[in-house]
Amino acid sequence: MKHVEEYRDGQLARALAARIATEAQSARGYHFMEFCGGHTHAISRYGLEDLLPPGIRLIHGPGCPVCVLPIGRIDTAIALAERPGVTLCSYGDLMRVPGSNGTSLLKAKAAGCDIRMVYSSLDAVRIARAEPDREVVFFAIGFETTTPPTALVIRLAAAEELANFSVFCNHVLTPAAIQNILESPDVRELGRVRIDGFIGPAHVSTVIGSDPYAFFAEEFAKPVVIAGFEPLDVMQAVLMLVRQVNEGRHEVENQYGRAVRREGNERAKADVAEVFELRKLFEWRGLGVVPYSALRIKAQYAAFDAERRFGLEYVPARDNPGCQCAAVLRGVKQPTDCKLFGTVCTPETPMGSCMVSAEGACAAHWTYKRFRDRVRQAS
Amino acid sequence: MCLAVPGKIVSIVGEDPLMRMGRVDFGGVIKEINLAYTPEAESGDHVLVHVGFAMTVIDEAEARRILADLHEIAARAALHPEPS
Amino acid sequence: MAQLIADVFYEALDNEWLRRGNDQAAFEVAAGRVVMSTDAYVISPLFFPGGDIGSLAVHGTINDIAMAGAQPRYLAASFILEEGFPLADLRRIAESMGAAARGARVAVVTGDTKVVERGKADGVFISTTGIGVAPADFELSVERIRAGDQVILSGTLGDHGVAVMSRRHDLNFETAIESDSAPLHELVAAMVAVAGGEIHAMRDPTRGGLAATLNELAQQAGVGFRLSEGRIPIKSEVEAACELLGLDPLYVANEGKLIACVAPEAAEAVLAAMRIHPLGRDAAIIGEAVHDEQRFVQMMTAFGGERIVDWLSGEQLPRIC
Repeated sequence: MKHVEEYRDGQLARALAARIATEAQSARGYHFMEFCGGHTHAISRYGLEDLLPPGIRLIHGPGCPVCVLPIGRIDTAIALAERPGVTLCSYGDLMRVPGSNGTSLLKAKAAGCDIRMVYSSLDAVRIARAEPDREVVFFAIGFETTTPPTALVIRLAAAEELANFSVFCNHVLTPAAIQNILESPDVRELGRVRIDGFIGPAHVSTVIGSDPYAFFAEEFAKPVVIAGFEPLDVMQAVLMLVRQVNEGRHEVENQYGRAVRREGNERAKADVAEVFELRKLFEWRGLGVVPYSALRIKAQYAAFDAERRFGLEYVPARDNPGCQCAAVLRGVKQPTDCKLFGTVCTPETPMGSCMVSAEGACAAHWTYKRFRDRVRQAS
Repeated sequence: MCLAVPGKIVSIVGEDPLMRMGRVDFGGVIKEINLAYTPEAESGDHVLVHVGFAMTVIDEAEARRILADLHEIAARAALHPEPS
Repeated sequence: MAQLIADVFYEALDNEWLRRGNDQAAFEVAAGRVVMSTDAYVISPLFFPGGDIGSLAVHGTINDIAMAGAQPRYLAASFILEEGFPLADLRRIAESMGAAARGARVAVVTGDTKVVERGKADGVFISTTGIGVAPADFELSVERIRAGDQVILSGTLGDHGVAVMSRRHDLNFETAIESDSAPLHELVAAMVAVAGGEIHAMRDPTRGGLAATLNELAQQAGVGFRLSEGRIPIKSEVEAACELLGLDPLYVANEGKLIACVAPEAAEAVLAAMRIHPLGRDAAIIGEAVHDEQRFVQMMTAFGGERIVDWLSGEQLPRIC
């Protein structure tokens, strides 16, 4: 496939790795946090850390919208799907996320709820048009890449006066998450989590552009390199970060110039501004309540806001007491530091968000790194 | 997050601003994709697609530049003598 | 109504046993070990490029028998139909089964149909049981797998899963990919003719794909596997469809492929025999069994790093992130 395979070339990878090894100063380590489930996935799937020199550590940040969705929101969605006449449409990623009491969308579907997996928000609208006697609700999640597709279908529904369509909105914002991490005591005061720079999210940046990261680079004096999520993109970004650190710079650089422009996607941003507004507060799993970090549907589109339409009440739900997702999500702990990891909490029986999604740090570690731990232990 | 896949626009279907759709070829698999967020995209362009929407047109010149950079690094590392 | 349904099947599957109109079939079985297998087919959608639930039901059970090194001979088929299931669709399925059985030189000698209330079955469920005969002196079994065995894959991965997905309403896309649903017993016979007992075990990577099957074999045999990603044959359109949906082709179902664990000395000969056969043209040695107490399936990626190919909990679902 064009624009894919070229960035997976093993020979180029080895050459880049050699370059990075040359430029990374052996006396110091480099800790870079990535903020994007796609990056977590690429790093694990291609075994990127094998190719980087030992001093470079890649930390997984809270870049997975599934992982940061609180259990209570899943519970709300399931309760909605249990109402007669409701058809809940959801992306595949959410189907297995456990709610309270071991429920999940998939289990609710097996129990008879009309829950349908969709590839796109447009599919949910199509279902609403085709089945006017069903109340179709689209379970919207995602960071800034996924938000415009939701904005568009709300505008479509409004234009068509679609009477049986609404959206359960759980869209969240990347810069708010980055800020929350950087301002947390672990990072700012206690120095428990050392972050030397950020690998900026790939596709969120196609929408928001590179400008929003300038604030972090200046305020916290950390370099940010926006990276594509093919493995060579990530490696090139690591090289650019190493250089910035060595040279004492903290700028925003864009490795993903073929897809990210400085201003981002103006049409997409305009649509989002038209349909959504900031929530004052929103609970993130693992990060707690974060101000101005999430979106809700504006009053003029209230007819398409499932929370208003159905009078949905949010009831926060507790995570398992032993669950360390909060710490893992912030990069403070490794999956293996959690007592539940691999025992009670496995991909088969996930306890927390980090294990549920393939992008979660614990799921990624389980799938790709578990054998290294055992091999290390054995030897 | 945000799995986005590059594809080539084969044809444009419909010109409604909200529902401008394109048939996009992803290496042999064709799917209809919404082009509302890439109004400048034309047949023959490569776009990055996320959840059924094209989110950006891929800048071919930039892509070539990045790859040239990578090949140059490789050449200097002397593991890959000639850029292809 | 019951008669109408029965007629559809008798016509499509037609053979000397069905013509006798008995509730059972009697036949002689050649000398050797008798191998029996049963499976139920509940796939949705019922019709997909390259096949349907009918042909799948025939091929699937034939293949389970073939994986024991046996030659399949007779099938029994049982149908549970949802009330109101269109007769035209039923005819299509029956004809497809007939064609599949004839193509495989196997007879569906007895069967049964039941109709249940609307909503109690997903259109139609089919259960097939098969009987075959294996040579007395030869056994394919997971216990025979040894470290050093070469792992041979008979062809491209993921064709079936992608073909089925392309027909599901929620994941609409155009593709030329067809299901690889096919009976493998003749390919197996060709392999056994060349290497006999040096083939230690075989399994077909159906649900859960290559990954599930190799992990099962690893667990049961007490070995690990090391694979080489670059050697695994996958059609580019299948790769593209998987990229689009965020799926890993290693976990996608196949219905006309097999994995064989073969003693290293015989691997090249077996491979050559496979490549001559139409169902083995893309066969490749993709890795080998290794000593590993942890029983991991490891893979060297084409990129140069290593990863493990782990169990997956439940079916792989398309993802957005």
